[in-house]
Amino acid sequence: MTNSTASIIGLDNLVFGWGRSDDFLLEVEHLHVARGERVFLHGPSGSGKTTLLSLIAGVLLPQTGTVRILERELNRMNGAARDRFRADHIGIIFQQFNLIPYLSVVENVTLPCYFSPLRRHNAKQRSQSPQTEALRLLEHLDMAHARIIDKPVAELSVGQQQRVAAARALIGSPEILIADEPTSSMDADRRQAFIDLLFRECAELGSTLVFVSHDKSLLESFDRHIDFGRSNPAPAGDSSRLREVS
Amino acid sequence: MNIASLALKSFRNRKLTTGLAITSITLSVSLLLAVEILRSEARTSFTNTVSGTDLIVGARSGPVQLLLYSVFRIGDPTQNIDWSSYEEISRLPGVKWSIPLSMGDSHRGFRVIGTDRNFFEHYRYARGRPLALRLGGWFEHAEDAVLGADVANRLGYRLGDEIVVAHGAGDESFVTHDDRPFRVSGILERTGTPVDRNLIISLEGFEQMHADWRSGGGEHSHDPLAHRAGALDAEREISAFLLGLDSRATAIGMQRKINQFDAEPLSAILPGVALLQLWETVGLVEDSLLSISVLVVIVGLFSMLIILMTSMNERRREMAILRSVGARPGQVLALMLGEALCITLAGILLGIALVYGSIMLGQGWMAREFGLFIPLQWLSPGQIGILLLVALSGVIIGLIPGIRVYRYSLSDGISVRV
Repeated sequence: MTNSTASIIGLDNLVFGWGRSDDFLLEVEHLHVARGERVFLHGPSGSGKTTLLSLIAGVLLPQTGTVRILERELNRMNGAARDRFRADHIGIIFQQFNLIPYLSVVENVTLPCYFSPLRRHNAKQRSQSPQTEALRLLEHLDMAHARIIDKPVAELSVGQQQRVAAARALIGSPEILIADEPTSSMDADRRQAFIDLLFRECAELGSTLVFVSHDKSLLESFDRHIDFGRSNPAPAGDSSRLREVS
Repeated sequence: MNIASLALKSFRNRKLTTGLAITSITLSVSLLLAVEILRSEARTSFTNTVSGTDLIVGARSGPVQLLLYSVFRIGDPTQNIDWSSYEEISRLPGVKWSIPLSMGDSHRGFRVIGTDRNFFEHYRYARGRPLALRLGGWFEHAEDAVLGADVANRLGYRLGDEIVVAHGAGDESFVTHDDRPFRVSGILERTGTPVDRNLIISLEGFEQMHADWRSGGGEHSHDPLAHRAGALDAEREISAFLLGLDSRATAIGMQRKINQFDAEPLSAILPGVALLQLWETVGLVEDSLLSISVLVVIVGLFSMLIILMTSMNERRREMAILRSVGARPGQVLALMLGEALCITLAGILLGIALVYGSIMLGQGWMAREFGLFIPLQWLSPGQIGILLLVALSGVIIGLIPGIRVYRYSLSDGISVRV
């Protein structure tokens, strides 16, 4: 816990299990991420990457151990407070199906501003309104053409959809950006471009990026690389441990 | 943008299925409402038909039967009563007024009622309203006839037109009294009671027509001189009569007196009591109709459930996205329940609109065909209660997909399941 004050994300002595028959256990002894860091979490599918992100986002709570985000202990908050905290401070990009099909591109991007007054406030400080901030972000992500913006989101390409999702995760400048295999459905050459865009925006907003992927070819660009392998198959059942690589 | 507009946009995205769910609820609710309105209007209409009458008297028979033929013109009297009995009873102390009624003839499907001027003076309907003439005047002569509003409308009669009456109440009768046509002397305002479908003539006219028929047999000879008024009086019979008393409190005593009448066996009934008996008889049919329409509403709600359940995967994804941007589980549940509530409410409102639209369009037809005048009036508290119950059931049914999605939104964490 010595360096926990400096870190924006701090997981300590954490154990999480679903409490179901598949008695899978996720164990994290220490995971600390500093402000502005870009972390690459690598692991095969089924290793609990998404579970870990859910713990960081405060959607799930560990059975033991602590989750500290921005100096706040998520375990000590009630459900509503965690939802509020997540809305205010964490932007999330999913692997796919990021967008709500019946909302326009701009409405999809401004969605967090509805649930978080803080992010609405931040967006207004950068631009006059969440809508103009959405357009600004979309322009940075090379998505501001009228052709794209006016399209129903279902008609956008996967890459375009992920960039809209990135704009949504970034709007209102949340401190932490969580991306759960956002590039897995993209072409190889598109992947790097997407990550570059993400880096640029994170740097501009000062956001910390936690990027999860099973694709090791991407890890070069990141500050840090954490391997998240299925290891030590204990007799009691499956468990995953984190191993710092870099 | 807020939760409500989010829900609205979500609806618009699923126009077809939402529309289908709304339609199924609209149809089932309008059926329920129509049955319920018809039921209560039939009752009001029946109740409105007798007003101010304290006793109905006829030949000995069941109270419901007497009530039906004397007031609602349904069925026929089994036996007539002597004019002398009528005269004796109507002169009893405590009797304020009396209306003699003769029936058994018809004109092109409309019943002919023989009565006297007391009918126009004392007959009351719909909480004490008297009859009123739209055109012309009451009958003055034996051949005068006053028409109910529907008779005049349907058959297109005007004042002074001649009418031929047939014996028997059916549309097609073997024997017509065509030697003695009646003349239209007046047309009544609409009452919303069976009177609208009656031709009202004087007892003399009624009697003369039958006297001809009786004396002349099949040959229909007519010799007005053969029937003097006095002779008619002696053999005159009527089907029933209505009594108004000085005090309603004496009705029971009067009823007993009439039931023990010496000259011939008579039945006197209290209209209110007989109506209650009628409701008991009709109640079974009403209840089964009502339960069928309740079942239809349940089917309607279930089709909404099916439609909501088929979009579960879509919604699960949607809710995971909303959770990731900070929606609370309660909001997720509210969205799902709100959707079920909106569908149900829309169905209920459209159902009300459909029923009222149909009433507006079908009012005239219903009154003509069934003598049932359905007024356009606001829903009764009972009907509103039923609709609220439907809305509540809609929300309860919405809980099923709602709670499932709510659970998913907790267990999915920040992953979007494919």
